[in-house]
Amino acid sequence: MKDVSNKIKAGLWLLLIMIGALALTLGNVEASDPTGIATYGESDSVTGLKYAVNFSWTLLGAFLVFIMQAGFALLGGFLRQKNMLSYMAHCFIDSTFGAMVFYFFGFGLMFGGSKLAPGLENGTSVFGGDGFMLLGRSYDVQTIMLWLFQMVFATKTVSIIAGAVAERLKFGAYLTYSFFVCGIIYPIYGHWVWGGGWLSTLPFGAGVKDFAGCACVHTVGGILALVGAWVLGPRKGKYNPDGTANPIPGHNMVFVVIGTILLAFGWFGFNAGSTLAATDLRISIIASNTFIAAAAGASIMLFYTWATTGYIDVAFICNGALAGLVAITAPCAYVAPWAAVVIGVLAALAMRGTVWLVEVKMKIDDPLGAVAVHATNGIWGMLAVGFFADGTYGGVNGLITGSGWQLLAQFIGTVVAMAWAFAWGFGLFAVIKYHMNLRVSDLVEAEGLDTHIHGSPCYPVESGIVTLAGVPIEEVKKVDEEQASLLERALSKDATREKIYSDKLGRWVYALVKPEKTPKK
Amino acid sequence: MKKIEAIIRPEKFNIVRDALTELGYPGMTVTEVKGHGSQKGISEVWRGRRYRVDLLSKIKLEITVKDSDVEKIVNTIINESQTGSIGDGKIFIFNVENVYRIRTKETGDAAI
Repeated sequence: MKDVSNKIKAGLWLLLIMIGALALTLGNVEASDPTGIATYGESDSVTGLKYAVNFSWTLLGAFLVFIMQAGFALLGGFLRQKNMLSYMAHCFIDSTFGAMVFYFFGFGLMFGGSKLAPGLENGTSVFGGDGFMLLGRSYDVQTIMLWLFQMVFATKTVSIIAGAVAERLKFGAYLTYSFFVCGIIYPIYGHWVWGGGWLSTLPFGAGVKDFAGCACVHTVGGILALVGAWVLGPRKGKYNPDGTANPIPGHNMVFVVIGTILLAFGWFGFNAGSTLAATDLRISIIASNTFIAAAAGASIMLFYTWATTGYIDVAFICNGALAGLVAITAPCAYVAPWAAVVIGVLAALAMRGTVWLVEVKMKIDDPLGAVAVHATNGIWGMLAVGFFADGTYGGVNGLITGSGWQLLAQFIGTVVAMAWAFAWGFGLFAVIKYHMNLRVSDLVEAEGLDTHIHGSPCYPVESGIVTLAGVPIEEVKKVDEEQASLLERALSKDATREKIYSDKLGRWVYALVKPEKTPKK
Repeated sequence: MKKIEAIIRPEKFNIVRDALTELGYPGMTVTEVKGHGSQKGISEVWRGRRYRVDLLSKIKLEITVKDSDVEKIVNTIINESQTGSIGDGKIFIFNVENVYRIRTKETGDAAI
């Protein structure tokens, strides 16, 4: 019960902070254009119709990005079925709780001072300070359209991390990092690049150019995922005593393939929607580049896995497509289609290399490959702008046009993203680890997070063979707790048991328990 | 020949199987089953309502062995899967009249 009351207290504090912020912002109550009539104009002018078509395009983009959350959730097919509900819950709560956090704190920190829309005037080059809770002057059709589009982006960043820490993270710890990522880490870095902050105004090239979020979303999310998985430690049974890694197969490849397709579908909105304007006809090239990179990444993985393992490994082909999509996120608007092919191919190979690096060399357990897909290719995509931008769009000139300044700007932006995410991630996860206990108990990990944390398995059995025996009475509950602690102790013993290499099985197994007593006949 | 039928905890299954393979009994039939003995279920939540699920997931192992090996295998299963809490499962031993290996038509101990 103490546990629960602490949670309620934390929730109350949160509410109090939010009400405080509300009161502070309520001073300025004059709305800009909440009806949209002033933006559209009185008669059906061409300017007004341009606004209408751009609004439609951006909102469509936002809706498409929103469905990517379904793609992320379905990638849980890479996990074991006992933890599927837990992972899907993380993804869904990201898009709802994360949206709330972004509404209260994130958006104002990120876009205050950007002057991209009415009500976003106040802010410094380090953090924004306007438009919190969409109150006052930011109660405006343009500002709120921007909010919707940016909110769905922010929630994706958290979902990236969920993949790397899946199957062993405590729910409270998840909620805490989710809050910080959506409320502070992502918005502040986003402000530097997209909100008119110091990175966007660097005096090299055109400043740091991150079209749809290679650094803001993927590098930040990927590095946080890396740190999270590292601090959390590997799943039970992932690593042998000699340091070699065991595969832990997932439970549903159907989900993985459909999830990848949904992500690719949503990515059209992610990239092409980032123009925030349909009158910017570059959108056709952006959308095509996006898919070309995905197709190139998937194709190279097809032949790579075929050549190296003899099988056409669908899991890696799906990851190859995602790697291409992540890498093209920043350069999609600035490069020609041929460059998208190169970016996609290199992205998939970089993804494969990182899987090996993270799993074999760094010994970090990343169940969904979030680090390989998002961190590596977020970095590669940022640098790719510096290499392949051909100067036709936005005045961004890459190395192929003979100018190295943009590459320098991209490099600085990337290093800053990595350092920012690493510092926050390490601090955040270390503090959670020592104050809240990051990891679930051995019993919960063995039996699955679904039934223990969420109260129900992800795939409940057919109701016909489950008889419901009513609400547990106190006496039975006490017995349950005693038995659970006995089981907990027994399972914890397995963690310290001696393991030996079995030549017969070709893998590591527990050494046989020395018989203590013979069973009673 | 005897058939050993062991109902064990799913989380202990891999450990038991590894141990039996190490001892040299690779042949086994495994079924995912549901049931309960003294363990009276676990509580779950379905859309806000708490309830008890009284049928729990277990793994059923079936191994047919020579009479002389029964003791060793039963001991191994118990040692490896015992946790001391209710719900560890049970082991049943049956007499087996004969065994045929379909591929070679061998019978008796040779067919195990």
